[in-house]
Amino acid sequence: MSAPTRYFDDSVKGFIIWSIIWGTVAVLVGILISLQLAWPQLNVAPYLTYGRLRPIHTNAGIFGWGIGSFIGLFFYITQRLTKTPLWSPGLARVTLWLFNVGIASAAVTLAMGINRTKEYAELEWPLAIVVAIIWVLFSINVFMTILKRKEEQMYISLWYIMAALVGVTVLYVVNNLGVPLHLFKSYSAFSGTNDANVQWWYGHNAVAMLLTAPPLAIFYYFLPKVTGNPIFSHRMGIISFWSLIFMYLWTGAHHLLWTPVPDWIQTLAMAFSIMLIAPSWGAVMNGYLTMNGQWEQLKTNYLVKFLICGITFYGLQTLQGPLQAVRTFSAFIHYTDWVPGHVHMGALGWVSMVLFAAIYYAATKINDTEIYSVKLADTHFWLVLVGQLIYSITMWIAGVQQGSMLLATNPDGSLHYSFMETMIAIFPYYKIRAVSGFIYLAGLMVFIYNLYKTFQKGAVSQAAKA
Amino acid sequence: MLEKNPVIFIILAFIVIMVGTAVTMIAPFKWINDPGDRIAEVKPYSPLQQEGRDIYMREGCNNCHSQTVRTLAVDVERYGYGGGYSKSGEFVYDRPQLWGSRRTGPDLARIGLKYIDPKGMWHRKHMDNPQSVVPASNMPAYAFLNTPLDTTYSERKMKLLKFPYTQADLDDLKGKSEMDAIIAYMRKLGTDIPVKKAAAAQHLPASRINPFSDLKAIKAEALSIYARDCASCHGDKREGTLGPALKGSARPDAELFAIIANGIEANGMPSFSGSLDEQKIWKLVTLIKLGKQDD
Repeated sequence: MSAPTRYFDDSVKGFIIWSIIWGTVAVLVGILISLQLAWPQLNVAPYLTYGRLRPIHTNAGIFGWGIGSFIGLFFYITQRLTKTPLWSPGLARVTLWLFNVGIASAAVTLAMGINRTKEYAELEWPLAIVVAIIWVLFSINVFMTILKRKEEQMYISLWYIMAALVGVTVLYVVNNLGVPLHLFKSYSAFSGTNDANVQWWYGHNAVAMLLTAPPLAIFYYFLPKVTGNPIFSHRMGIISFWSLIFMYLWTGAHHLLWTPVPDWIQTLAMAFSIMLIAPSWGAVMNGYLTMNGQWEQLKTNYLVKFLICGITFYGLQTLQGPLQAVRTFSAFIHYTDWVPGHVHMGALGWVSMVLFAAIYYAATKINDTEIYSVKLADTHFWLVLVGQLIYSITMWIAGVQQGSMLLATNPDGSLHYSFMETMIAIFPYYKIRAVSGFIYLAGLMVFIYNLYKTFQKGAVSQAAKA
Repeated sequence: MLEKNPVIFIILAFIVIMVGTAVTMIAPFKWINDPGDRIAEVKPYSPLQQEGRDIYMREGCNNCHSQTVRTLAVDVERYGYGGGYSKSGEFVYDRPQLWGSRRTGPDLARIGLKYIDPKGMWHRKHMDNPQSVVPASNMPAYAFLNTPLDTTYSERKMKLLKFPYTQADLDDLKGKSEMDAIIAYMRKLGTDIPVKKAAAAQHLPASRINPFSDLKAIKAEALSIYARDCASCHGDKREGTLGPALKGSARPDAELFAIIANGIEANGMPSFSGSLDEQKIWKLVTLIKLGKQDD
């Protein structure tokens, strides 16, 4: 055996810490806007109005918490799977700086009303370019590390990582094409129905390439690490991988059912959305079957709880999603609060649960220590789980109720309820939702405290060794 | 080999991603917005309307308001205002589209057909303080738009978007506020297409006789319908604000019915035949005729 490879984990640490900070911003802004929906007098014009804050919430969540932690964890995973130090630690440091400057500028400009108005691609062109540069710098670093690797086989996690590198780049660049008017304003390169079709090709596949492939890469890496079981089937992983990245790109128009987008695109999107259940559940079953004979770890190993709960929500998400992509069901729940309920099951239940486990695990390895408190990690788990469930379930009920009221007609064909009557009916759910946000925030605070103490413990034990 | 060669792997992954992309994203450019989709009556935005649209985008109105009437009967009934469902050709000048994904507020694709008052008085009152018009509304107040419109880039926008404009259009911007601009945009939305006036305007009761002659029996319900649909323009106590007072009207029942059902385009009274059934309209008629000063 040669000497163990020395890994560069400073940037892993940096990205993880900053992603948690931005994630906390996302949750805080989320709570504020949930309160605004129940009490509109909480809007502070012009900077803190709902219309300007909601993109800050989504961008801080997707780009700050999501991309930030993915970059950190991919630096971690790639080095270990390739048994190779990071290609360029200097480049990683530059990427982290750019990342923080980019996200901070995003928050400021969005509050100022500088935005492109396309969902999840709101940032104006100079910042969109910064985001693209961050992603390319990170991609080069990961890809070069893989090229120079010492371990010949590429584990399935690396596949998902590399697909995400290519996929996100293509999606982000195309949907951001536009013509600048001046530094702070541009118009989309596409118009009307074309623009809508490009937007949701992007919007839905950002979910695929950013909120499915990366957490799956993380899940596939950490589940065997945490449990000590090898992944159930590498072959099933490979089949799921290729069919997932093939099918996803056809489904964007399920966000546009019953709109002027041509029917055949809608129908294709519907069909492929249903087909996506197979590869999604391929990954879910791979996770479950990896636990064969080891299910008692759900009780004994706090990290397994996060991971298995996460993959279960992924399974539910990928059943609910295709259901929503069917025309008849879409007619019922599209444009209602059902959809935020769905999105938050994915964001809080699936993506964040897996990230929490990965971050706990990586933090102890990087610091060469044990977690500060398993009990606090359990508390964290239950708080975020309960918060998320209250959120999603109240929004599903609200969505079904409002959807039914909006569809109700009188015998003569006129509408039974005015729009405001449907809103008044769901205001109570908005208040419950705001409460769920506070429960989730409490869980997040426990997580941060536990992690902080673990880092502190690591510093002490490393100082003792030295 | 795939498990060992990252370069080949990346190229393959790219190709796999591009198949669905080519069919559902790139190819449709051939079918969408082609000449067959075009609607001759749909006109580009004027400088003032485009400024209003940019303010709509700046404030993120799209986060709560969609702009597509789906091909569903209830959507057409609720948001069509006689203009039917949305057609592709109506959006050819929208860069980007503002279709949205959530209706925390109502759809605005044809809002120009609903509030037809040329001065946009309803919009003004509503934007200044939404709850003064719709008491239970959770919309933020946009009174801060009562500020002079910045017209520095107005002409450049027209050139960049290749929209026709005249010097008169540019002169029209002088002295305008941001509020004027966003209301001009609201008033334009959905109004270009030919409206089925015949279908929309001929909503008459099956019988011309009001089935409710006793106000007492239906007063509670009538007042709640009034509070919901009428109070925003006629005042909480029917004293008249944007619209006239409604206390003991002398008009015949059938005429009142027709006004509520079909609206009066010239003075901005919207049509309620889409949201109120016959029974409810008759109850309002009874309230308007028999309700006196003191209630």
